[in-house]
Amino acid sequence: MSQLVYLVPLLPLAGFLINGLLRKSLSKQAVSIIGCGVILIAFLISLGLFFQVKANGPIIQTYFNFIDIKGLNIPFSFQVDALSVLFMLIITGVGFLIHVYSTSYMHEESTPHFARYFSFLNLFVFSMLLLVMGGNYLILFLGWEGVGLCSYLLIGYWFKNTDYNYAAKKAFIMNRIGDVGFLLGIFWLVAKLGTLTYGNVFAAAGNLSAVDVTGITILLFIGATGKSAQIPLYTWLPDAMAGPTPVSALIHAATMVTAGVYMIARSNILYSMSAVTENVIAIIGIATVLLAATIAIKQNDIKKVLAYSTVSQLGYMFLGLGVGAYNGAVFHVMTHAFFKALLFLGAGSVIHAMGNEQDIRKMGGLRKYMPVTHITFLLGCLAISGIPPFSGFFSKDEILAAAYAKNPVLWVLGVAGAALTAFYMFRLYATTFLGSFRGTHDQEHHLHESPGAITLPLIALAILSLIGGWIGIPAVMIPDANAFHHFLQPVITTEAIAEMPHATEWLLMAVSVAVAVIAILIALGKFTKRPELNEPQGLGGFLAHKWYIDELYDAVIVNPLNALAGFFKNIIEKSGIDGIVNGVGRFILYSSRQVRLVQSGQVGSYILFMVLAIIVLVLIWINDGYIYTYLSKIF
Amino acid sequence: MNVIQVLFWILSAMALVSALMVLLSKNPVHSVLWLVAVFFAISGHYILLNAQFIAIVNLIVYAGAIMVLFLFVIMLMNLNKDTEPQKNIWMKLAGAISAGCLLMILVSLIKQAPELQAKTAMMNEGGIGLIANLGKALFNTYVVPFEISSILFLSAMVGAVVIGKKD
Amino acid sequence: MPIQYYIYLSLALFCIGIAGVLTRRNAIIIFMSVELMLNAVNLLLVAFSKMHHAVATAVDKVNNVGTDGQIFVFFVMVVAAAEVSVGLAIIVMMYRNAHSVDVNFLNRLKN
Repeated sequence: MSQLVYLVPLLPLAGFLINGLLRKSLSKQAVSIIGCGVILIAFLISLGLFFQVKANGPIIQTYFNFIDIKGLNIPFSFQVDALSVLFMLIITGVGFLIHVYSTSYMHEESTPHFARYFSFLNLFVFSMLLLVMGGNYLILFLGWEGVGLCSYLLIGYWFKNTDYNYAAKKAFIMNRIGDVGFLLGIFWLVAKLGTLTYGNVFAAAGNLSAVDVTGITILLFIGATGKSAQIPLYTWLPDAMAGPTPVSALIHAATMVTAGVYMIARSNILYSMSAVTENVIAIIGIATVLLAATIAIKQNDIKKVLAYSTVSQLGYMFLGLGVGAYNGAVFHVMTHAFFKALLFLGAGSVIHAMGNEQDIRKMGGLRKYMPVTHITFLLGCLAISGIPPFSGFFSKDEILAAAYAKNPVLWVLGVAGAALTAFYMFRLYATTFLGSFRGTHDQEHHLHESPGAITLPLIALAILSLIGGWIGIPAVMIPDANAFHHFLQPVITTEAIAEMPHATEWLLMAVSVAVAVIAILIALGKFTKRPELNEPQGLGGFLAHKWYIDELYDAVIVNPLNALAGFFKNIIEKSGIDGIVNGVGRFILYSSRQVRLVQSGQVGSYILFMVLAIIVLVLIWINDGYIYTYLSKIF
Repeated sequence: MNVIQVLFWILSAMALVSALMVLLSKNPVHSVLWLVAVFFAISGHYILLNAQFIAIVNLIVYAGAIMVLFLFVIMLMNLNKDTEPQKNIWMKLAGAISAGCLLMILVSLIKQAPELQAKTAMMNEGGIGLIANLGKALFNTYVVPFEISSILFLSAMVGAVVIGKKD
Repeated sequence: MPIQYYIYLSLALFCIGIAGVLTRRNAIIIFMSVELMLNAVNLLLVAFSKMHHAVATAVDKVNNVGTDGQIFVFFVMVVAAAEVSVGLAIIVMMYRNAHSVDVNFLNRLKN
């Protein structure tokens, strides 16, 4: 099975090429089969690799020397160990479900565009696999850039709408800003250690000074803030909802945004060496949780609520990384992939049924018309709110426990964030599915449950959201049942969470569950019968306008840069450089016109020039100093 | 300073002044007359150098025939001071200055030429200018060009007649 | 007389002739300046012939070195005479056509 490692990324790449190049000739069925089929086969191979890694340990396959110069040797290698095979399963598994979902969701597109969609989606899966399977930071970076590119391509999928193009550009540019930090981190690593392969880096990590470690980790974290939408580079993710809903599910919920978490979890040895960086990550994480949650409670677009929810949950993951709970963060990645993909796909089903309407104020009472979607969405909301026995409870609780052990203030803020999460999710649920229908008559007639290709992935993800947490049951409930921890032991070696008395742990769990339940009840009570139809004002308005952060960025960064670019374009480019180039042409024309006048046709002037030429030639050829001294003697 | 040298300088001065007057005269008839004066001065130089044949031929052919021909043509066209076309002052200045520059450069070249430092032209003696010696050289070594020159004259005459025909 | 004096004299006459060609617009005057130039050259040739004769006589008493210069002058005069006749014929033709001997009228080379 280890021989087939290269097939896992290669198959989606082949799918991308076939669907992309032949998009004008294939039928929709063929495109769907190729697009979904390659992901399914990749998933099956990943499953085989999972069992092999579980039994035998990591697999490292090197294929060729990517960069081989004196002082720097970077092979093109794949490292399939516990962490990466876990991510591979998530990517290919959830990815496969989303591919199947897309065959029905996107069926209104014309065939070439349908094929384009699937080719981009396959390219994304390829890049993400490259990211998690890479054996060194360079392959990781290749995948990193690839997913950024696919994000741009897919957000701007409906390219005829310039707003969507703007959102795609915004995503790509903010990603790039983070990538500068990432690259600087990589360069620093190469400069200090001369290698990027994971094994070598982590073995030699002891040779780095404290400043080096802090610098490298902070720079890599900056890359993570761009990719995983943390403060300050998160504003692209809500705008990225311009893309099709399955894209939002796959890229901006389950996989791409977790790339930052993967990278930091992979480098846990480096991060645990720098307490400064860990504090920074924790603070940014919790701040992101609260900021995004407060914005989400006032949003009225179903996808925007879920987008801010994603930002907030990512904040939880980074909080976990910052307090040293690497296991918990990766666990949360997995559970979040399940329930967030479920929520997004459910939202897509609703949008489809409502005829592309996304404003929840115009929905309501959909539970009567879309029972499967309703139930699965409810399960997803329960999971994200951290209600046992759903998966979200276990993962979130692990992070909160570790936060408490580090600093109780973090725990309090984390619980507040959990309360807000429960509140806005159930606000969304109640406004959409409960109460009575508030849309138009036409929309009401159009309402129907979605076809099987949509509901089956929903059901599958709902089941996973329910049982997916049971592999990470904490020790306090059932001793030694945390299979997740055991599995990741070889990779995440620096789990250093202080042991807490059992009573404290039970108390923490009870408090967070209670807070969540109270928030749910308040939300249900408030929003079931009387949805908020008016425009929010005051504090609500501030939150609804996303704390005006986008406007702040525009004023401070975007507009000055645009002005600078305009300056360069108009003054330097148009007047300066173009002026010089055109000026040379015009000068030549002018001078040639003047020179032409010499040809006057007057023989007299010709003779004059002859004489002058003779003088000049004599001076040049018989060039001894005597002529000049003689001339100077005369004058 | 003996007589020969004094004569040299006087004749040189006469030649230069007359040449300048050729340029500066407004009336073309005056220019012709000044040119005749130049020829006389040059013939004087020839006699000083004991090139008697050349001196006489210069007078007869140049001053006698060619200048008379010029005078005929000028009289024919009735040119005088009023109808004389004048060049642009800048062109005149440019022409004069460039000629002057040329003169200065060539003079400077001659001044420093090492081959010419000690040589003199033999004046008032030497037999090569005498008709007998010249004739011997002409009819012995240079007889072919001599004959061809007669053909040249013939072609010139025919050419002049052809060009001047009113057709 | 040192040969340089003859060379200077001849050069001066030659350059005056050039100045005449450049300065005047009357075709006949230009022609006359050309004749002046030719005469300057003739003078120089004769002077050189005497110079060679002087040099050779200093070496070997009786000889006829140096006649070449004067023969050359002879032929220059021949050619000058022929040239003058043809040239003046052309000028007369020009006067008949344009009723002027202004050289600036000869700008047919312009286009």
